[in-house]
Amino acid sequence: MSNDSPVWVYTDIVKDHFIHPRNVWEDDAWPAQGVGLVGSMACGDQMRVGIIVEDDKVVDIKWQTYGCASAIASTSMMSEMVIGLTLEEAYKLSPKTIDEKLGGLPKHKFHCSVLGDKALRAAIDDYLEKEGRDNPYRRMAAKIICECKNVTDVQIEDLVKSKQATTLDELRELTEYGTVCGKCQFRVQRLFDELLHIYEH
Amino acid sequence: MRRVYLDNNATTQLAPEVITAMQESLALYGNASSMHAFGRESITAIEKARSSVAQMIGAEADEIIFNSGGSEGNNTLLAFAKELIDEGSKRNRIVTSVVEHPAIIEPCQALEKGGYKVDYIPVDRYGRVDIEAFKSLLGDDLLLVSVMAGNNETGTIQDIETISRLSKGVGALVHTDAVQAIGKMVVDVKRWGVDYLSLSGHKFYGPKGVGALYVREGAPFKTFMKGGHQEDGRRAGTYNTTSIIGLGRAAELVIEEGNREAQKLWALREKLREGLTSTIENTIVNGHPVECLPGTLNISFGGIEGESILLMLDLEGIAVSTGSACATGSLEPSYVLLATGLPIEMAHSSIRFSLGRYNSEDEIDYVLEKMPPIVKRLREISIR
Repeated sequence: MSNDSPVWVYTDIVKDHFIHPRNVWEDDAWPAQGVGLVGSMACGDQMRVGIIVEDDKVVDIKWQTYGCASAIASTSMMSEMVIGLTLEEAYKLSPKTIDEKLGGLPKHKFHCSVLGDKALRAAIDDYLEKEGRDNPYRRMAAKIICECKNVTDVQIEDLVKSKQATTLDELRELTEYGTVCGKCQFRVQRLFDELLHIYEH
Repeated sequence: MRRVYLDNNATTQLAPEVITAMQESLALYGNASSMHAFGRESITAIEKARSSVAQMIGAEADEIIFNSGGSEGNNTLLAFAKELIDEGSKRNRIVTSVVEHPAIIEPCQALEKGGYKVDYIPVDRYGRVDIEAFKSLLGDDLLLVSVMAGNNETGTIQDIETISRLSKGVGALVHTDAVQAIGKMVVDVKRWGVDYLSLSGHKFYGPKGVGALYVREGAPFKTFMKGGHQEDGRRAGTYNTTSIIGLGRAAELVIEEGNREAQKLWALREKLREGLTSTIENTIVNGHPVECLPGTLNISFGGIEGESILLMLDLEGIAVSTGSACATGSLEPSYVLLATGLPIEMAHSSIRFSLGRYNSEDEIDYVLEKMPPIVKRLREISIR
């Protein structure tokens, strides 16, 4: 039995990115124009992503990750995928696409470790805010979660991020989600838990 | 590639002597319960093993019930307690600790769901059971106390003698899960004063899937696995001849090795601890500094996550384990480490090195050479 046999816990691509991570943010003086931080050390995963933008294109990206091998590899893969993309394209990068590029992560790893796309979005938000520009991508990326009250995922994310909604009850009070047909309750709860994991820092 | 196995608390390799004994036993096919010569050959070998296991823990042979291992022993005891309560026992409360193995914790949680009373003794920052807190949980409604002898994650050893004495003071029965303690420290059921003890073969260089439950002569007991007269009617199922013979041989080796092995393990463990903590900054050694299983070293490496360290070490051929959530498949890191008050991020950063009989000083040097650059690299990648 050898240690580099294919029975390793992750795919060869994950292993490669874990051992040789790309675009690591090692130089603290690197001049990022937008920075995003998601996750928390308490949850076991935290990521910081910085970007440099030219003509609305991501021309450079650096990152730091506290987390397991799949968290490190997924952020590294995301960083490779994003260079050269327009801000709009970068904003649309989904965890699923990153996961596919990695050759697939174990199911229980997917939610906690693929945070790179969220950190990237946060970095783009930060960049546009610093530039004093409107953020059309954020609105564009929004999906309606509660149809009766027209509540979107982005709205919920903003409320969790700004700590206005720290419990589901507070969220309900603010948005009135789930108060009509109640069909969305489970989805909101799942999203809320995930967002707490991402923004609890 | 060089391979160094430092995960002996997860399981151990079979001792060569055990392999030989098991190989020789494979031809013994007679059902040990049969009266004919074929059966008698098997039962003779099994009874020899029973004596060895008994001697290893200071018990009598007929106080040993062979079973499938520690999890079965623990589940058997709790099922037995439940049965006593169901039958109307005036004593209807169980006390255990917050750092027990899941094979105690989960059956206890299931009992709680069913309306049974279970109290959990907290531990101090070293993972030692808080004796004062335990005293406050004593009472004449106490049926069973179950506290492990040595912890699988931190290595912290519990004061079973005192726990046992206090429990007896209120007339409660006492069980200890000694799965990790066997072969690493002196285990003597009479000195400890316990009524029941669980042990498992594969933690002391014996085979997997076999173990024993000690039931003190005169202590009440009800069979868990029903449907056969084996083990004096206390555990049904055709005798697992080969595994029991392997278990017996492993017990003989523990008796022969005595304290020598523990001394060697502690020396290696201390070398590893001193080497790691002197070359790597921001570490916490978890568990008790002295009252600790000799081969166990649990260290948190601040700022990096345990699974990453584990996999980097794996790529160097070194096998360890971690208390990080990532390795358990849940979102929570080790409840044992959290119970000691360790900050949650340090629990995610924990690595358990567990040394065993076949580790050498040379292997410790190899780990001490490989570990610092791994920690340095992961800290460069990590959030600062």
